[in-house]
Amino acid sequence: MTATAEGSQAIRRRRIKRKPLLRSEQARGLALVSPTLAYALVLLAAPILVIVAHSFWTQDYLVIDHTFTLENYRIALTEPIYRDLLMRSLWISLVVSVSTVVLAYPIAYFISFHGGRHKSLWLFLITIPFWTSYLLRVMSWKVILGYNGVLNSGLLALGVIDEPSTALLYNSSAVVITLTHAWAAFAILPIFVSLEKVDRTLLEAATDLGDGPIRRFVRVTLPLSVPGVVSAILIVMIPTVGDYVTPRLVGGKDGVMIATAIQAQFGKAANWPLGAALSVTTMAIVTAMAAAVVFLIRGAARLAR
Amino acid sequence: MKALRAILPSWLTGYAYLYLAFIYVPVLLLPVFSLNTSPAPKLPLEGVTLKWYADLGRTPAMLDAAWNSLVVGLAASVLSTVLGICAARALTRYRFPLQRPINGLIMAPLVLPEIIVAVSLLIVLLQMGLSLSLFTVVLGHVLVCVPYSVAVLTSGFEGFDRSLEEASADLGETAFGTFRRVTLPMVAPAIISSLLVSFTISLDEFIMAFFLTGTDVTLPVYIWGQLRFAAKLPGVLALGTILLVGSFVLLTFAEILRRRAERWVRDAGADHA
Repeated sequence: MTATAEGSQAIRRRRIKRKPLLRSEQARGLALVSPTLAYALVLLAAPILVIVAHSFWTQDYLVIDHTFTLENYRIALTEPIYRDLLMRSLWISLVVSVSTVVLAYPIAYFISFHGGRHKSLWLFLITIPFWTSYLLRVMSWKVILGYNGVLNSGLLALGVIDEPSTALLYNSSAVVITLTHAWAAFAILPIFVSLEKVDRTLLEAATDLGDGPIRRFVRVTLPLSVPGVVSAILIVMIPTVGDYVTPRLVGGKDGVMIATAIQAQFGKAANWPLGAALSVTTMAIVTAMAAAVVFLIRGAARLAR
Repeated sequence: MKALRAILPSWLTGYAYLYLAFIYVPVLLLPVFSLNTSPAPKLPLEGVTLKWYADLGRTPAMLDAAWNSLVVGLAASVLSTVLGICAARALTRYRFPLQRPINGLIMAPLVLPEIIVAVSLLIVLLQMGLSLSLFTVVLGHVLVCVPYSVAVLTSGFEGFDRSLEEASADLGETAFGTFRRVTLPMVAPAIISSLLVSFTISLDEFIMAFFLTGTDVTLPVYIWGQLRFAAKLPGVLALGTILLVGSFVLLTFAEILRRRAERWVRDAGADHA
């Protein structure tokens, strides 16, 4: 024990002697990053640890009981209301991430391979709406899909339907449509970046060796763009599972997601430990689901090659 | 196969324009219906009016919320840009232990469900004895804005020719003098771009503000409160349109500056070589 400690100390001393410049460079880098790091540690890492800790405690009115228990997790996983909300949130985030990526892929492909000198203009046009208020974009879907909304009144005016349809708003499809719209740019950008990295000479080689455009796409372009597809899936899936605004505005009774339950526990119901357990469970399961999807995509890409 | 090769690009182009429509139509409906005489957002439009905009100026609660948003946005953008400069500079200029995990932690708010970040921050702030106010909203907004600031600033700092700084140091400038007289002018566009982007994010951010605010509300939280009343919809649409146009203008500026920053850094490097 002491021997190894002394040994490592000796190595460290030697290293210091050999590379004093490097060491001071490292120290400077750490010093420079430390304010930002401290901010993230105090206001992000620590709070998340506190949430995890709370999930193992219980609450009696306003007093937190610090005895370790798994009761909150039992409630989160077995109570039908939370189980259903959780399942629906996971299902919606899976459908949204897959459909966002499927819809986004051709656009990313178009910009990368046929964008020409307007590439950056296309990217700018596609990203700009996503920097504007998320709340407002969700609201405009409510305006589009509502009973007296744009779609219904437009179709009525055109004589396509006789009376307004109630099937458009306040259900989980409305949530899926809204979220697919809201996250489009986040899927396009990573796929675009990975398509840009595809070596164009490989495509020429495939053509020279007799592959048609479809075979060439499936066997060369698609597998090489897998990293982009994977990050697009992750970037969309993980945040959407906890979305609060969309289900509240366009989801109705059938579109309620887990975030509403989490919010209630930290608000009106005032049961922090249960809210914490719901948050941790959601994060853990969505991470597992994302990992499974990534694994499947990688496997499929390997098969395609 | 040949036919397919001919059809595919034009099919893709068509799809691209359809997709643009899918992205833009919902966003552009807000301005359209904010000009409608009828309070219900129905097609066809009844007539064009600016009365909903005029009404906004007579709503004190809205004006208070706008002022709060402005204050929060300014504070959050300055703080997050300062923190972003530290991180982006450290990450592009130096190599240090744990660089990847540190970078990951700083960028994490980008990929975490916002509600979980918000409630955990809420609990910690309440337990620290802070009462909820615009200050706690700023704390939350900085957390959300820093990753974007870091991303914008990193693209401004990368490719920055280090020999310029070394030359300055060799010519006797102090580290701070070098930063102020060599580094800062080169990265100024990226810094302004980061300020604009984080201001826009803070201006439009809802979840953090919703959980972390006390009695003073920001514009998105004010809008959320108004959404319950169908009669208030036209006012919300008008306000939303102003926010959209504001965000659009700020972001276009930010993008122009970011590109200029990239070009400057590249050209300076080229001149030097």
